[in-house]
Amino acid sequence: MKLHINTELLVGIVAVVLGLIAGAVLMLVGGYDPVEGYRFLFAGGLMNLERIGNTLAMATPLILTGLSVAFAFRTGLFNIGTPGQVLVGGLLATIVGLTVNIPKPLLLSLMTLTAIAGGAIWGIIPGLLKARFNVHEVVSGIMMNWIAYWITYYLVPSHFKGSYETESRQIPEAASLKVAWLTDLFAGSYINIGLFLSLVAVVIVAVILNRTVLGYQLKAVGFNRHAAEYAGISVNKNIVLSMMIAGGLSGLGGAALYTGYASSIQIGVMPSQGFDGIAVALLGATTPIGVVGAAVFFGLLQSGKGFMSAMTDIPPEIGDTIIACIIYFAATSVLIRKLIDDFKRRVAKGGK
Amino acid sequence: MDHVVEMLNISKQFPGILANDNITLALRKGEVHALLGENGAGKSTLMCILFGLYQPDSGSIKIRGEAVRIDNPNIANELGIGMVHQHFKLVHNFTVTENIVLGIEPCKGLALSLKGASQRIKALSEQYGLNVEPDAKIEDISVGMQQRVEILKMLYRNAEVLIFDEPTAVLTPQETLDLMKIMRNLIKEGKSIILITHKLKEIKAIADRCTVIRRGKFVGTVDVKESDEARMAEMMVGRQVSFEVEKAARAPGETILKLTDLRIPCRRKGDPIRIDNLEVHAGEILGIAGVEGNGQTELVEAITGLRRIESGSITIKGTEISQLPIHKRIMAGMAHIPEDRQKRGLVLDYSIEENLILETHGDEPFSTHGFLNHEAIRTHADKLIAAFDVRSGEGAISQARTMSGGNQQKAIIAREFDLNPEILIAVQPTRGLDVGSIEYIHKRLVEQRDSGKAVLLVSLELDEILDLSDRIAVISHGEIVGIVDAASTNEKEVGLMMTGVKAEARA
Repeated sequence: MKLHINTELLVGIVAVVLGLIAGAVLMLVGGYDPVEGYRFLFAGGLMNLERIGNTLAMATPLILTGLSVAFAFRTGLFNIGTPGQVLVGGLLATIVGLTVNIPKPLLLSLMTLTAIAGGAIWGIIPGLLKARFNVHEVVSGIMMNWIAYWITYYLVPSHFKGSYETESRQIPEAASLKVAWLTDLFAGSYINIGLFLSLVAVVIVAVILNRTVLGYQLKAVGFNRHAAEYAGISVNKNIVLSMMIAGGLSGLGGAALYTGYASSIQIGVMPSQGFDGIAVALLGATTPIGVVGAAVFFGLLQSGKGFMSAMTDIPPEIGDTIIACIIYFAATSVLIRKLIDDFKRRVAKGGK
Repeated sequence: MDHVVEMLNISKQFPGILANDNITLALRKGEVHALLGENGAGKSTLMCILFGLYQPDSGSIKIRGEAVRIDNPNIANELGIGMVHQHFKLVHNFTVTENIVLGIEPCKGLALSLKGASQRIKALSEQYGLNVEPDAKIEDISVGMQQRVEILKMLYRNAEVLIFDEPTAVLTPQETLDLMKIMRNLIKEGKSIILITHKLKEIKAIADRCTVIRRGKFVGTVDVKESDEARMAEMMVGRQVSFEVEKAARAPGETILKLTDLRIPCRRKGDPIRIDNLEVHAGEILGIAGVEGNGQTELVEAITGLRRIESGSITIKGTEISQLPIHKRIMAGMAHIPEDRQKRGLVLDYSIEENLILETHGDEPFSTHGFLNHEAIRTHADKLIAAFDVRSGEGAISQARTMSGGNQQKAIIAREFDLNPEILIAVQPTRGLDVGSIEYIHKRLVEQRDSGKAVLLVSLELDEILDLSDRIAVISHGEIVGIVDAASTNEKEVGLMMTGVKAEARA
């Protein structure tokens, strides 16, 4: 018998199952009923249209940040600057939304474009530093995160203060990615057209990676920069381009987060969707489709964990712990892959 | 007859491959026993089993007639088996003595006491004619000397059986002769030697018997005196092999590649590489002969654009290329078969078809307006795979990583020839390949020359340079010490020049 199973998909599923088992063990140790816990966790994300809408809304920025990390990863770069890129994208979108007064379709276009541009600039800087001075993108990426953090910290209270000291004014309805028909369709959930934008981004990234000269060059640099250099592909140009595109994706994620899911921007918070993008990319095996699946799953856990803690005594931290376990198992996917290969071989042998 | 080592009916299976299939090798006391086989034939596996790095699945090992179990290299050492590795394992800023005693340092209390060791090394060195200075630092002595330090390391540990793994790969012809003298001395003093090699000439020169393995299987053990090179090659490859490179005389044409007053900064600190004048003509193979690390790599990198030059000029058909990016140099008519095919030549995670457009993916018909044209890429790949007989599991979509070294090299050669270059730069084009692939690649290089193109051949294999080249430029310490006509020179003269002795003025 020959087995035809997509190994990447299998690895992802095994990581998820192992993470859920680890979470169950934790619940048992804490004296809670895991069956009950998981029932409410998944019900919280899926039990009606509103909750499904919220799951998708939660997944939207994750799709974009996951795509951002995955894209850079294909060029051999680790984009750890996603939180900063999200913050800058979100900040710019909010500022445009609060200050520009034009019809909604035009305003939304302008907001998303500035968000993409802002994220792209936040990505380009580490890219340039890497290409020109060989500064590691992780170091400069983390520094860029804090620059974005403190710029937001200064700008929001001084120029766009809302009813609280720590957040901006609410953006007007015309500047929100939420649209009435979609909100109504999902019974008043947070879902917004950021979801469609993220899916368009998924398709564009998939096309770039698989069908274009640019994708060919980016992947060649990622797989083997020595060979790329030998063949006359400009390694530096591709590093900068890759970081720029990755940054732009995260910037769009920022717009989806602060002007779609939320209606204002907070200071003093590094958006967790940034770093979670790394986990999404890992679990999604750095493929565009995989990223969508992983992001929706994480969105489900995120939106379900509140319901779980409301309906049971299980603390919401368990939800985060399960996510952490899944990330851990996804990160050790090499081991899982080896286990699967061993298993396949044994099945193949037994089937003879 | 006394046997020091007997490896009887050894089999070793790795996932998916039977690396050793019922192999028997018996080493007599006081003989040089060659182990001959193509790459991947299972030579290394067999020696790793003898050295205790692998355990055989079946079969037995006897040392001096007694069955033994060798679980790790320490046991091999205790049994008197020593190995001179192809890549030396020496600490460069330590002295010879310090390197030799490493791991078994003689101590007085807590302090190191090297005096006795140093005297013993001197005595051993004299006994075997090694001529090694015990207090010299490794970084100050030649590669040939370093190899002798490795030999001394084994002798110091009282090894009776010495395994040499491709020992001549890093040596000049003169050093090779010296090594053979040393091997004879070792035999005279009662040692026994296993020589792993694929160079038939060396086997003929030094070995008493020769065991041939092919694809993990034992082919036979022959008496070297009663056998000739052609027969051993046939045993190794499984078919008849021609050693002669057929090459008709040809008048060289116009100058294609011209280097003038070139200065290239060197990787290690030291003087830059200096090439005052070097020309490669149409219809000519210019060979660059030299011992590894004398500036060949830097020279090739400078021409191909992988390394900046300090000053000087490089022209292809009169066009200055020394400041052009790599892509423009390729457009100007340059192709490059790189020294390290896995590092430079291929993206191992890409399929063959993707690798075959590494330089041309941005051009019609492989892409239009930035979009790849998969159909044209496939057609192109199928054409080259057929023309160059590139073998792989799944044809055009096989991952480069899954192919054998010979087929990876064929894929690179197919790609570079397909560029239809004015100047082809081939660096070590047959390194690590089996006799069959070497024969094929040599034929293709000569075809390129015969079609009126220029070829710059850089190789550490002197035979390859002598067989293929029309003219030979010898490089030593970063300078061209002389250019000779291949037809009127010989191994001895070129070998002497490789050590840095300038050739007498020639017309």
